[in-house]
Amino acid sequence: MADTKKSHAGHNDAGAHADRSDFVAAGHTPHVEAHHPTAATYIKVAMTLVAITMVELLVFYVEGLGKGIIPVLLVLSSIKFALVIMFYMHLKYDTRLFSMLFLGGLALAISVYIALLALFYL
Amino acid sequence: MAAAHAEEHPATTTGLDHRKLLIWAFLASDCMFFGALIATYLVYYGKSLVGPYPQDVFDIPVTSVSTFVLLMSSMSMVLSYSALRRGNIKAFRIWLLSTCILGATFIGFQVFEFNDFVQHGLTPRTNLFGSTFFTLTGTHGAHVTLGIIWLLSMFFYSFKKGGITPAKHLELDIAALYWHFVDIVWIVIFTVVYLFGVFEGF
Repeated sequence: MADTKKSHAGHNDAGAHADRSDFVAAGHTPHVEAHHPTAATYIKVAMTLVAITMVELLVFYVEGLGKGIIPVLLVLSSIKFALVIMFYMHLKYDTRLFSMLFLGGLALAISVYIALLALFYL
Repeated sequence: MAAAHAEEHPATTTGLDHRKLLIWAFLASDCMFFGALIATYLVYYGKSLVGPYPQDVFDIPVTSVSTFVLLMSSMSMVLSYSALRRGNIKAFRIWLLSTCILGATFIGFQVFEFNDFVQHGLTPRTNLFGSTFFTLTGTHGAHVTLGIIWLLSMFFYSFKKGGITPAKHLELDIAALYWHFVDIVWIVIFTVVYLFGVFEGF
């Protein structure tokens, strides 16, 4: 990953440029060649996602939690969301620019919700 | 040969393939789109003057199964991508077709659910809940349907000589990112719309 970032930073350097050209000539782009998890990791993530969904259902059917259920379900849902974008969408391994771009959109989406809430309840 | 490839994928100033940058920009904008739909659903939650209400129509066990199906489709999608990167074309095709079948199964669940809701008297015109619910989940369903068409076209394209090859895995990567995005949107919808919707204290 560090090497990948180094090659991005040095794109004006003739040597680095030549390296990247060779890389691109092979039909690849630098960020795509970043480390990717194995199939076993993907299956482990899938099992974790299924397990969290089952925990969500268990929590949902447990009586007596009251409104405490809301933050618990939100946290569990956020973990599932993070696992998918980190491992399946490879944000954990790709260049940080993609993360910034996507999380920027997500932050704006949350802002829309807060703005709408403010419009109705303030 | 190498020069021809270099022309096909020119080096960019960012060092990143513009197609991948574009799909991430699109997903960020789609985040805002779904954010607006989810926010509208939540803001109007509990404001319907007539029923049916979420508690009257939602069937959590059925939706849990469809959620499981969509999660499994994300796994098969990423395994298809992994197989293509390893150069295992047969496994790539099997997992890709599995993804399409699981996606179609999810849509089948949604059609069943929508039909059931209509039987209970809930349509987009019935009340605020119906309008916001069908708009949100219908838009998500349309995204899944488009994803299935996209993946199926890649599946058939892979049979063409030079169509989808390990060297062109980025094309599958872009389709996979879209598919996983549809999955994460459902993760949010399942919790916020379905589980919170039935929860009486919400």
